[in-house]
Amino acid sequence: MSAVVLTLITGVGLGALYFLVASGLSLIYGLMHVLNFAHGAFLSLAAFIGWQTAQALGVSSWWALLASIGVGALVGAAFAVFTELVLIRPLYERHIEQVLVTVGLALAAVALFEGIWGSDPLTVAGPPWLKQTTVVLGAHIPNIYWLLILAAALVLGALVLFLKKTRYGMIIRAGVENRAMVTALGIDVRRAFTLVFAIGGAAAGIGGVLAMHYMTFVSAHLGQTLLIFAFIVTVVGGLGSLAGAAIASVLVAVLQQFANFYLGGTGDFIVVIMLAAVLLLRPRGLLGRKA
Amino acid sequence: MTTTTAQPSTRATAQPTARATRFLPAIVGVAFIALVAMLPLLNITVPVILPAPTYMPGSLALISLCMVFAALALSYNMLLGTAGMLSFGHALAFGGGAYLLGVILDRFEVPLVPATLLALVGGLAVALLAGSIANRVGGIPFAMVTLAFAEAGSVLVRRNSGITGGEEGLSLATEQVPDMLVSVANTRNLYWLILAMLVVVYLVALWVDRSRLGHLARAARENDQRVRVLGLHPYTAKLAIFVIASLLAGASGMAYLLLQSGTVPHAVSADLTITVLVMVVLGGVGYRWGAVVGGVVYTLLDQRLTVLAGADAIQGLPAVLRIPLSEPLFLLGTMFVLVVMFLPGGIAGTVDKVWSRRQGRVRKSGGLEALDGLDGPAGPAGPAGPAGPAGPAGPAGPADPADPVEPTDPAGADRGVQT
Repeated sequence: MSAVVLTLITGVGLGALYFLVASGLSLIYGLMHVLNFAHGAFLSLAAFIGWQTAQALGVSSWWALLASIGVGALVGAAFAVFTELVLIRPLYERHIEQVLVTVGLALAAVALFEGIWGSDPLTVAGPPWLKQTTVVLGAHIPNIYWLLILAAALVLGALVLFLKKTRYGMIIRAGVENRAMVTALGIDVRRAFTLVFAIGGAAAGIGGVLAMHYMTFVSAHLGQTLLIFAFIVTVVGGLGSLAGAAIASVLVAVLQQFANFYLGGTGDFIVVIMLAAVLLLRPRGLLGRKA
Repeated sequence: MTTTTAQPSTRATAQPTARATRFLPAIVGVAFIALVAMLPLLNITVPVILPAPTYMPGSLALISLCMVFAALALSYNMLLGTAGMLSFGHALAFGGGAYLLGVILDRFEVPLVPATLLALVGGLAVALLAGSIANRVGGIPFAMVTLAFAEAGSVLVRRNSGITGGEEGLSLATEQVPDMLVSVANTRNLYWLILAMLVVVYLVALWVDRSRLGHLARAARENDQRVRVLGLHPYTAKLAIFVIASLLAGASGMAYLLLQSGTVPHAVSADLTITVLVMVVLGGVGYRWGAVVGGVVYTLLDQRLTVLAGADAIQGLPAVLRIPLSEPLFLLGTMFVLVVMFLPGGIAGTVDKVWSRRQGRVRKSGGLEALDGLDGPAGPAGPAGPAGPAGPAGPAGPADPADPVEPTDPAGADRGVQT
């Protein structure tokens, strides 16, 4: 029983991490049809800067952790806005080129990070509480998972509020629904593009700092490793659907953890098989629009 | 389109030049292959590009590596250039070929030739399985799905270290390989073998491009729906292209295994796919010779920039300049971004544009521009394939990239204009 609870909660925690990465990807794809390969680079940069912040403020304090998460979000958002304005915007409506540009950016950024911070992983220490466990129904749950779940829940809540209640949120939702119509109504969707990139970058930045604590190290390849699972999550959940991304990230991660635990570390395969199954049975994903 | 009906008078005058230019590429190609084939017998020193005179094993190995990646880039160009399929899983085919051959040689102790055939059959099975699933979606989702498959392959290789050697890599079981292909002194035999493979891959690519299959795939790239309305099956054509390209990539992977005397997990990683993508875009999407040039140029830059990074002139610079300049991938990534943004035709597309303008001909649509609207049915499609020396210039150019009209993509087909 305790093993099941442990697997389930760690699965949800990992899913929370996937969601932080996938939410931005899914929104960006939904609105702009850009598959953002540089998303992993946003995440890695945020993690590195977050690491530096924590080092400067003293690694074991809660205050430093919160500051590093905040800095990570800002760095992620700034990098994302830079990408949108400099690289994506000039290639307006040329989707394949936009994808290729983000691929090139990811390539260059990872190499640059390796040049600056070295190719060996940097180990990270957080508040001691993160290393401890909490007992739930007899299962010892590492505390980092609670932090992941809390952060993802907050981000999800904030995103839903933003999308439902604010004017820009409505423009973004309308743009995902039918961009031509929004443009025809005289609304400049391009500002929404930058905004969506900023939001996605901030979520990825938070995810980056937390992923660093989850893995207990940070390297230039941190983001690219998570990115592949985030892609799977966005496809399974339905491209462009935030709710789909949330459901799929938990589903994928729980399945992955159970397979890792009970089927001898086959989690990564099960996830790919699940992707294949979803594509065969429901090519648009769980909550995607009919293709 | 006016290009389809050339006036008889212009056709008559154009014929002699057409005949001359038709055979020109073949003649140039054969002469070039002959030159490359003779390099091991010549003593030519190319200062910056090659580490040693051409007959030395070091240089031959470098050129062979260039040719392996040129073959891989050709196979990728078939996917992206001909069929418009943006695959992020091509490394699975390349690394799969290398690992299959390596494991078969290592485990089953079969000689090289039957082992190669076995590995090709294995690669065929993997390509059919992955292709039949991935082709259920198109455009960007296709890219994601192929990426996921390649990742599964990569994990498979890394996890099963008992068979594949894990992170350490798998070394070539040399006792199964003929002696003439093994030692450093025999690099030139391997060089010729790889050259032959590259020529075969090129000819297959040429044949596919000229066949009904290639025409169908190009037509489906331009407008999938219209092809289906005509009663043809784009799914089958795309799957066939996917499988052929995977087999060719597998063959290049096997050559890579022989050349490097082993293979490492990098050969199945997403990084390798991205490398190939960079090669093809750099060379010019849709141009076979562009893919070859892209593969060669990228490999040379990658290898030689690493040497350059260690040079004293770079190491003496302040950190702000030294760090970016000593990372070859940073330079290559930046160059790739610049090519995509400012030179979408790549090397071949730019050369072709300049050449066509001098000849006063209409340029065939090529490069990245030809892929625009790949996300969905394009508007009025230009003539598929080379326009050739057609008569008076028609509006044969690619669709305006900055088309202000929202292209309806597959996902949005039903949410176009609704009430």
